[in-house]
Amino acid sequence: MDTFQQTIFKLKQFWAKHGCVIQEPYDMEVGAGTMCPETFLRVLGPKPYRVAYVQPSRRPADGRYGENPNRLYKHSQLQVILKPAPANVMDLYLESLAAVGINLSQHDLKFEEDNWESPTLGAWGIGWQVMLDGLEVTQFTYFQQCGGVDLDLVPAELTYGLERLIAFLQDRKSVYDIEWVEGRSYGDVRWREEQQFSVYNFEKADVKMLWTLLDLHEAESQRLIDEFKALGEGQEDEKRRFPLLAAYDHVLNCSHTFNLLDARGAISVTERVGVIGRVRKLAVGVATAWMEQQALLQAESEQHALLDAAPRQEVAE
Amino acid sequence: MSETLPFLFELGVEEIPHWMIEPALADLDRLFKEFTSQHGFADPAVRLDGTPRRLVLRTELPPRQADRAEVVMGPPVKAGPGAAQGFARRNNTAVEALAVETTPKGEYYALHRTVVGRDTRELLAEALPAIIAKIPWPKAMYWTGKGQITFIRPIRWIATLFGGQAIEFQVADVKSGAVSRGHRRMGAGEIAFDHANYEERLEKNGVILSAAKRRKRIQDGIRKLLRGTGLTLVADDALLNDLVYLTEYPTPILGEFREEFLELPSEVLSTVMRHHQRYFTLRDAEGKMAPRFIAVMNMRTDRKGFVKKGNERVLEARFNDARFFWEQDLEKTLEQRVPDLANVTFQARLGSYLEKTARVEKRAAEIGTALELDATAAVRAAHLAKVDLTTEMVKELTELQGVMGGLYARKQGEPDGVWQAIYEQYQPVSMEAPIPASKSGQLLSLADKIDTLESCFSIGMIPSGSKDPFALRRAAQGVVKILVEGRLRFAIKDLRSELYEFLLDRVRYYFKDVRGFAYDEVNAVLAAQSSDLVDVEARLIALKQVRQTENFEALAAAFKRIRNILKQAGEYNDKVEDTLLEAGAERELYDAMNGVLARVATFLKSDDYIQALTVISTLRPVVDAFFDKVLVNAPDPAVRANRLALLGRLNVQVSSIAELSEIVTSSTSE
Repeated sequence: MDTFQQTIFKLKQFWAKHGCVIQEPYDMEVGAGTMCPETFLRVLGPKPYRVAYVQPSRRPADGRYGENPNRLYKHSQLQVILKPAPANVMDLYLESLAAVGINLSQHDLKFEEDNWESPTLGAWGIGWQVMLDGLEVTQFTYFQQCGGVDLDLVPAELTYGLERLIAFLQDRKSVYDIEWVEGRSYGDVRWREEQQFSVYNFEKADVKMLWTLLDLHEAESQRLIDEFKALGEGQEDEKRRFPLLAAYDHVLNCSHTFNLLDARGAISVTERVGVIGRVRKLAVGVATAWMEQQALLQAESEQHALLDAAPRQEVAE
Repeated sequence: MSETLPFLFELGVEEIPHWMIEPALADLDRLFKEFTSQHGFADPAVRLDGTPRRLVLRTELPPRQADRAEVVMGPPVKAGPGAAQGFARRNNTAVEALAVETTPKGEYYALHRTVVGRDTRELLAEALPAIIAKIPWPKAMYWTGKGQITFIRPIRWIATLFGGQAIEFQVADVKSGAVSRGHRRMGAGEIAFDHANYEERLEKNGVILSAAKRRKRIQDGIRKLLRGTGLTLVADDALLNDLVYLTEYPTPILGEFREEFLELPSEVLSTVMRHHQRYFTLRDAEGKMAPRFIAVMNMRTDRKGFVKKGNERVLEARFNDARFFWEQDLEKTLEQRVPDLANVTFQARLGSYLEKTARVEKRAAEIGTALELDATAAVRAAHLAKVDLTTEMVKELTELQGVMGGLYARKQGEPDGVWQAIYEQYQPVSMEAPIPASKSGQLLSLADKIDTLESCFSIGMIPSGSKDPFALRRAAQGVVKILVEGRLRFAIKDLRSELYEFLLDRVRYYFKDVRGFAYDEVNAVLAAQSSDLVDVEARLIALKQVRQTENFEALAAAFKRIRNILKQAGEYNDKVEDTLLEAGAERELYDAMNGVLARVATFLKSDDYIQALTVISTLRPVVDAFFDKVLVNAPDPAVRANRLALLGRLNVQVSSIAELSEIVTSSTSE
């Protein structure tokens, strides 16, 4: 039996073999691997990309003080982006299950319709939840739109719920009993974190401060988006180096702050839809600006390519 | 034309959502038959099959289209030989080959020629890409990139065989061939086949093509599993059909769970099993839920029992969650949770569920007063009705909203009328499903739906076209169904006028499509009464019955005539002057009418519409005689006005029961 980390190594190795950049987790609080720039921004535009990473995903409202065997405030997703989706993407996915030791002739697998949508990110896709012996182990999505932008190339996004999958592989009834490494359980490594963050998220987080943070992050992100938009003709160099990635980090901060407020029960009647709309506006703003920046960078690199290809003499003259 | 070749078309797709497969096959059938009829093929017998990964069409077609004769008309003969030569040249023929046709306009040159039928192979290669692209889907996707073809899921292969050869064409990035694919895990990636062995080859590769066979395999398998166990299956045709189209090789297995979970409400257990895990539930010999379930795998066998064990573990984890929720939810009473509704949004502009709760309580009381019913239980139920939205169980199993509230209320000692009303508040869930059984449940369901409708209409959220995000049509249908079937004489005309109009649409739909009344019967009755739906139903039943009797249709035709006459006349009063009546047919109609209307009035006092309409239809001979013998448009204006008044009075009285002129009769020409 593989340990938690061995299974993760195997999945990473498998996807590395298939041309993925193996990234480390993004170093900010996110609710899902999709939100990391490696997905959200990379899926935009016409450039192919393949990436895989484990992303600890924080969902404050899902915390259960470490008392529920299957529910976690922070769970780990293995996120894989194949852009564009290759025609054999399903076969690759099945191979990845075989790679972690699932004998597919002895287990049942069904693909059940499950379309994915994130109103805060202005993103949606079409796909399935993959049921392994009745257990949902993966969300499989063909991205269609992200940040309100129609995607040029359609990426396949595979999101493995690692705790579930590995509890299945190790035949454990509680995720806390998963063997992380020989002699050390998932509970040994993570239980206290689940408990303390549940206490913080549900009981202690300062609501007033969170609202302030939300406003600050929103303002900073919006300021950057506006500044980018204000750059005009002749300022292409400025545009090409403009820190849209920083603007996006503030969107992620907004999103996590929103989740904390939600878990705290602090988002009232009219506010909820409103706040989602605020975050969405920022996500769309960054995505639109990002597309423009990518186009400028693309044009520049094409120009360089043209110059490089030009006859030497002319350059000498 | 008698010789035909077998044609096979298999479209290989990544897993299609199960509920879309049957409609897609029907669309494929329609599109293919449009193709055959457009090209003059005899209507073929088509066999269609579908699994999650393939849509298959098989038929027989002739190798070629039939040749057909065609006549091309040319210039008139009188235009001269030059015109004839030009016509012949344009058609690549000689003047000698032209014929002369005589038409009503004179003599014309014409060319008779034979259009040679095209190769069916060519026609199919041209048509199939378009047929594929035209299959309509509820939600399609791109996979080869923005602006390219869309389909329900990516198309991955196309297998065709006409006679012994593939039809060659390309859709998106897929070139057609004569190679199929097996089951994802139990079959080969490439399967060669011919017409005779196609299904057999698929089956060897883990695919049972026929939905009927898959269904039978599930049913037989379940029977075998249950033999000798004393357990019976809780039949669920919808679930069975889902599983037929979620699998290519279905095999049922029998699993179990710990008996202690049976302490949870059976509604919770069966929702988890049926809706979330797609398991069949089972009953023991005493008819109680058994701690067993049937899962259907998409594979041949579970020899080592891994699948059974896996499914059992998943189910136990879900039941554990459910038990956790049940116990946690019961730590606070519904009453204690009411203030929490302030945090649950009903609609951004309409406020929270706490505000809705206050409105529904008020509304339930008002409806109770209007209907002269005791609404105490319904009002109490309205107070607690939405609280289960704040419970963990409903957040997790949203389809149990209402039901959970009812179960918690019962556990907390609320009276029957209260917990039942909460339990039933979302009924009817469809036009076929039952309305709440309890009166308090009917009142609550009505109050809740009417509040939703009134509030949404008040902020201009009125459904238009396919846009109906708040499912207001369904709410309105529920109102109609509860009023009629609960026999509640609530005046829908008292609601705001746009809502009343909106409800009328649903009333028409209900009586026509759900209850099967003819549209003209519904029109006739609604023209007379459209507020008390119990009364509408009584009139419809009467009209439908009396319509079968011999005089009725002719009388309806006469009323159409009466209405037209009155319409043309414009204004008329309804004072009939006895002295102006002419003896004979006019006087007879007047007398008969007075007699009939008096009897009708008596019948109407007891809402006996059958008798009322039966009596009215006895007027037919006198009405007919009147129109035969009497000229309404008399030269004397006073006589004319009197006759209009006579018809007017008859019309007013009769059309207050049902507008007979709306009835479509064989003699109705309009």
